[in-house]
Amino acid sequence: MSGAVFPIATLASSLLVAALIFLLPERAWWARTSLNLGASLIKLGLVGWMVWGLHRGLDYAVEFPVVAGVSFVLRADALGIMFAGLSSLLWLFTTLYAIGYLEDSPNRKRFFGFFSLCVASTLGISLAGNLFTFLIFYEMLTLSTYPLVVHRGTPKALAAGAVYLRYTLSGGLALLLGVVALHVIAGDIHFGEREVLADLGAEWHPLLVSIFVLMILGLGVKTALVPLHGWLPKAMVAPAPVSALLHAVAVVKAGAFGIVRLVYDVYGIELSYQLGLMHGLVAIAAVTIIYGSLRALAQQELKARLAFSTVSQVSYIVLGVGLFGPLATVAALSHLLHQGLMKVTLFFCAGNYAEELGIHRIDELDGAGWRMPLTSFAFTVGALGMIGLPPTVGFISKWYLGVGSIEAGMPWLLAVLVTSSLLNAAYFLPILHRLWFRVGPAHGYGDWPDERRLGRMETSGWLLWPTLATAAFSLLAGLLASMPFSPLEWAARVASQEYVL
Amino acid sequence: MNDLAALGDEALKLTPSLWAAVWLVLGGPLLLGLVALYWPPRRMLTVVAAYLPVMAATGWLIVTVAASGPRHASLALGELTLTWYLDGLATLLMLLTQTVLLASAVFAVGYCRAAELPSRPAAWLWPLLGGLSSGLTLIWIAADLLSLYVGLELMGLCAVALMLLPGEADALAAGMRYLLYALVGSLAWLLGVSLLLGAWGRLDLAGLAAVAEPGTVTTIAVALLSAGLLLKASIFPLHAWLAPVHGAAWIPVSAVHAALVIKASFVILLKLWLLLVPGQVVAAWGLGGLGSLAVLWGGLLAWRASGLKALVAYSTVGQLGYLMLAFPLLIGTSDAVATLAWRGTWLHLAGHALAKAAMFMAVGSLVLATGRSKLSELAGTSRRLPLPLLTFGLAAVTLMGLPPSAGFTAKWLLLQAAMQGQQWIWILVLVLGTMLTAAYLFRMFRHSFDEQAPPLTYRRLPPGMDLVPLLLALAALALGLVADLPLNFLSAQGASS
Repeated sequence: MSGAVFPIATLASSLLVAALIFLLPERAWWARTSLNLGASLIKLGLVGWMVWGLHRGLDYAVEFPVVAGVSFVLRADALGIMFAGLSSLLWLFTTLYAIGYLEDSPNRKRFFGFFSLCVASTLGISLAGNLFTFLIFYEMLTLSTYPLVVHRGTPKALAAGAVYLRYTLSGGLALLLGVVALHVIAGDIHFGEREVLADLGAEWHPLLVSIFVLMILGLGVKTALVPLHGWLPKAMVAPAPVSALLHAVAVVKAGAFGIVRLVYDVYGIELSYQLGLMHGLVAIAAVTIIYGSLRALAQQELKARLAFSTVSQVSYIVLGVGLFGPLATVAALSHLLHQGLMKVTLFFCAGNYAEELGIHRIDELDGAGWRMPLTSFAFTVGALGMIGLPPTVGFISKWYLGVGSIEAGMPWLLAVLVTSSLLNAAYFLPILHRLWFRVGPAHGYGDWPDERRLGRMETSGWLLWPTLATAAFSLLAGLLASMPFSPLEWAARVASQEYVL
Repeated sequence: MNDLAALGDEALKLTPSLWAAVWLVLGGPLLLGLVALYWPPRRMLTVVAAYLPVMAATGWLIVTVAASGPRHASLALGELTLTWYLDGLATLLMLLTQTVLLASAVFAVGYCRAAELPSRPAAWLWPLLGGLSSGLTLIWIAADLLSLYVGLELMGLCAVALMLLPGEADALAAGMRYLLYALVGSLAWLLGVSLLLGAWGRLDLAGLAAVAEPGTVTTIAVALLSAGLLLKASIFPLHAWLAPVHGAAWIPVSAVHAALVIKASFVILLKLWLLLVPGQVVAAWGLGGLGSLAVLWGGLLAWRASGLKALVAYSTVGQLGYLMLAFPLLIGTSDAVATLAWRGTWLHLAGHALAKAAMFMAVGSLVLATGRSKLSELAGTSRRLPLPLLTFGLAAVTLMGLPPSAGFTAKWLLLQAAMQGQQWIWILVLVLGTMLTAAYLFRMFRHSFDEQAPPLTYRRLPPGMDLVPLLLALAALALGLVADLPLNFLSAQGASS
């Protein structure tokens, strides 16, 4: 019984906070802030407790029927708790950041209400125990992020919101059809019951393949797989904390996590491999990785470059999923966390530059490292991680991916990885060069576009500390990768479960 | 459904105390309405308190039927015998009706005050709502064509009168048109009934189902009955009267009308088809086709609509189309498919009733508070009126069929039924309908999230007017997650078995 309490409490902590925030008046800054922070700490504690419990072999699950034959299932398994941990950790920092970022701006109540709903959906996605429950939270995520994307209320934001909806709602429908179809042929499959589809027999295989393709179409929209990625660069008109969340945990990760679930826990790796689905995934992922990097190279705005970099980086996860072999699985799962830590840092930094100095374009960054050394240090850590330089976490992901692709017998993927890393370097190193080695307003040449002195330090503490914290986490996750409960170690644990078949 | 199995069983007749409960639900609202004609309620809590006995009686009926199965009753009026039948479906529909009516009545108290309605017509709102309630309840429990006719007419006339209440030119014009349509519908219905009576000599549904053989007479009779009902249910292409009527009517009236009145005709239609022509697969597909066109055309009209009320009204046309998919999915399909479709249909009906009532009320609050009735004039409202907008959004979730909501679970069931029955075309309809619904409902947010519009002046409304629709919308969401309980209670499922 007590096992049912934790998943529900984790979910309820953000749902309740959302409801309370909607009830509070706009000016109740203290109440809202303490609710937000209190809830994120409680949630982090709950998830941490469940991690410890899973380690000791406990089971956390709750299930009730919604209609005959379909159940609402929440279950914390090793894979789900990994994603839940990421989102509750990053939620804490993003909340802190958002509080500072939205200081004195209108509609904060609406923002934080939907922000909490968004996190509740992400947690629901990670704890969902079957496709029906996953779908519920997947769509809830679409709905709760829309108000965040259009938050500014400018024509550009509203247009981006419309594009976002068009993509995600259509994707959701495709996923719905796929899930219902699977349900019709195989019943309510709980995640992990891989034998259900595997036992169906060869005459079902063509149908299973088409359902898989349909569902990947649905999930691929949020994962921003090329050519379904069109909404992502547009959605960066959202405020910086929203972009950070969208790119690091919430939307794109929900899609990637869905693909992981679909391949590992519904179809099972063996069956996916037999059906030849993995090759398709690898091909799409390879194309997306290169295409995203090329487009990123062409962007002159900082956030746009980061957005296309997300397109490319998230597909590393898909690539890892598509490769048959435990090492690639480790790479995919650990990159799910690593990319989140790095990307959230980078977007925080972009927000800091924009808020403190009014910088949006890359060519305005000259010498900014000397004006904002801590932010720029964090940016450097994130950027080097994206390139994959040791000892950052990005190196670990790429190393395992590379070894995994050899293990899977696809050494040509090494070329993709190397090309992508070169491209990563090509679009990140010039930024670092501008930050640290060019002379700019910090040296007395010219002016910043719009300088505001937000705090005693280089910028407001609300903005600075979360940035440094996530940067530190992404460094530590790389340095301490072999310690227990590090992302890598946990990913290896999940992978060992997947391959014990 | 509708096996009406308990009908002959003496032991399952209504006991006197159950009779009292039925009469309370049937007549209570009308009585309360007549009292309110002379002493109109001034506080929302008064309405809630006065309505408590009716709700309690409804609850008791549900509990009784759940515990000991369907009950029936007959009422001799001279030579005529009225047959009533209370099963899970009927009692659940009673609960839905009373919930929506109570919510609308509570909302109406605030609405009358906030909209400064003239006191005389406003006082008539109450007895007419009461009459509407009696008519609806009678329809839910009727098991003979005469009771159905009485219920239908009572409901229809009260609805027309309610539409005429505003007394303005456009309300009168729309109301008179509605009356005309309703009368034509009734005429068709009466013709059908007399044909059946002449051919088979009886009016009770169970008897008719037993003796009526498929043939020209039955077909023509059912066709006439159906034509009348389709007109009253504003099923495409007979939907033209709906939007003007709603545009001019008062908000609580629109809410009840869209949530319940229109559905009553659909419920009768479904009952009659399953009992009288369970083998007419082709015609059932025809009805499904009409429904599909309604989904698409209603969606397009709502998409083009510039007025808020028109948008919500056209959305009703589209949503009713989903219900019509019940015919091809229930008639001539396997038991498994029919069960899924049966449950999906009722869940969709309930979810839509709650959500549409909530949406009309939210729109009413928005229009009252801003004094604007066009979508484009609502720019920037999200800053000032978050609660009605939130309610609109939550109701929209149900209407779009996104999770977690009754609309979603219903769509899930219908999709599953269509796939299992291999009726692929309805899947396409459901998908297109969902996209259209999202397209026209998100127009609202596109305008209200606009931050660069000149600020409007706002009026304060009583908090109850925000709270009531919010609760309805939340109920529609919650229903999607706990649907198992009411659906299991829907008596024997399946088609005509």
